[in-house]
Amino acid sequence: MLEISNLTHVYGGGPGAHHALGGIDLKVAQGELVCIVGPSGCGKSTLLRSIAGLLRPTGGTVTLGGKPVERTPDDLAVVFQDYSRSLFPWMSVGDNVALPLRRKGMDRPRRREAATEALEQVGLAGAAGKYPWQLSGGMQQRVSIARALAYRPALMLMDEPFGSVDAQTREDLEDLTLRVRSHHDMTILLITHDIDESVYVGDRVVVLSKAPATVAGDLRVDLPGPRDQITTRENPAFVHLRAEVGRLVRGMRNDPAVSS
Amino acid sequence: MTGRSLLDNRLLCGAIGIAGLFCVAELAGRTGLIDPIVFPLASTVVGRAVELAADGDFLADVVSTLGAWAAGLLLTVLIAVPVGFLLGTLPRVESALRPVLEFLRPIPSVALIPLALLLFSDRFDMKVAVIVYAAWWPVLINTMYGLRDVDPLAKETLRSFGFGPLAVLWRVSLPSTAPFIATGVRLAAAIALILAISAELLGGGSSGIGTFILESGSSTDALEYTVAATIWAGAIGVISNSLFTLAERRLFHWHLARTEGTR
Ligand SMILES: Nc1ncnc2c1ncn2[C@@H]1O[C@H](COP(=O)(O)OP(=O)(O)OP(=O)(O)O)[C@@H](O)[C@H]1O
Ligand SMILES: [Mg+2]
Repeated sequence: MLEISNLTHVYGGGPGAHHALGGIDLKVAQGELVCIVGPSGCGKSTLLRSIAGLLRPTGGTVTLGGKPVERTPDDLAVVFQDYSRSLFPWMSVGDNVALPLRRKGMDRPRRREAATEALEQVGLAGAAGKYPWQLSGGMQQRVSIARALAYRPALMLMDEPFGSVDAQTREDLEDLTLRVRSHHDMTILLITHDIDESVYVGDRVVVLSKAPATVAGDLRVDLPGPRDQITTRENPAFVHLRAEVGRLVRGMRNDPAVSS
Repeated sequence: MTGRSLLDNRLLCGAIGIAGLFCVAELAGRTGLIDPIVFPLASTVVGRAVELAADGDFLADVVSTLGAWAAGLLLTVLIAVPVGFLLGTLPRVESALRPVLEFLRPIPSVALIPLALLLFSDRFDMKVAVIVYAAWWPVLINTMYGLRDVDPLAKETLRSFGFGPLAVLWRVSLPSTAPFIATGVRLAAAIALILAISAELLGGGSSGIGTFILESGSSTDALEYTVAATIWAGAIGVISNSLFTLAERRLFHWHLARTEGTR
């Protein structure tokens, strides 16, 4: 579905230029949930913005469904890392979630219904009438997740979507993401700095190196489904994969017995 | 209520200030510090002002001035906001027009009244033209400033959901800029009132607060009416400003709440 080849991006020019992406190759199949991990500042958000067509990369190609991404592709939703800035302060939370649904040609009552349902799913049933700036950071983050979920995109890009919520809510949101994905046949790219999370939710974990970012490792997560916060995390395969990803993130050599 | 909390009340504080000024002015007249022939007593002026409020001719003048004021302000918004958006979204056009704007802006608008008198045969049109010229600056500049303040991530958010540039302009840039535009309109309203009366004073005409003042003549009696009319002009300015401030608070509470919250 998504094909990225030799993607490079350089911010600025001259001696102050910053090479953020150093030739990334990545293929994502329809319905896959790929987690991307990598050190802070390595270029994860840059990669995501190139896929979303919000940034024109300086080199390489991104194709989505066979077509090169030049503008923002259709049927896409992004959960931005800077979630609070991506919510509109002049609209209520419910309207924020409902607004993108105009693109789907839904009428007002149906938009409202979908927004209410999505807010319920992220545990914010009562917040529809509030304004984003009246909510805590973690609640705002959940609103931006609800907005993307309500849209039911073919491709969902999530940039550290669970960073500001407590551990319990985080687990609930991870499970919600897994559920939504399987119900609606979404393809999801999820950026995270949490190694455990990447293994728990991902079908694949792609590890990026330090800037300029390249793919340092690409591991398939073969864990028995459906996943469960307790049993999956104590599964020896999970523990093993977690260590593997951790090693890759730290830039250590991959254990040849596991990588194939 | 303690004395301190009484002083915290802004309305009350303002009332005390006005009463104080009134007493000082009255006292200055009564003690002969200011000759009541040269400048009327404060109490006389207030009396005349109350008289004017019931005077049909004066009220017609007020309505005439307010008519030009409202028409001028409306036209100002209709011109300045689109032009502001044009200049704010097309940097090339902005750089091309910037020198022209920089040249025109410092020209005192009152200085253009004689020119406007030549250009417009109709007094009302002349007033409106002068008002629009003077009042459009704060609206234009605030619109452009507000556009620059629109969060790029808010625009990208809508773009990422597949909305086109016009939809982004309408659904993000406009609402995000609206509080700035409103502030510009409030400032423009004050300027428009000044210009409306100035144009009447300089250009004559058959009606308006300025015309009333002009036609009062220069007898002692007339002076009292002139000052009383001036007080009404000031009162209208204060009322319009308060109404605009109130409307801003109502409509853009999200803007205030957010900027106060981050401070
Ligand atoms: N607009 C920009 N102009 C110049 N440099 C930029 C710009 N945006 C990002 N960078 C630089 O590019 C690098 C990668 O940024 P990016 O936001 O993609 O990192 P990231 O992997 O998402 O980091 P984090 O995990 O902290 O979110 C950083 O070093 C950053 O300083
Ligand atoms: Mg980032």
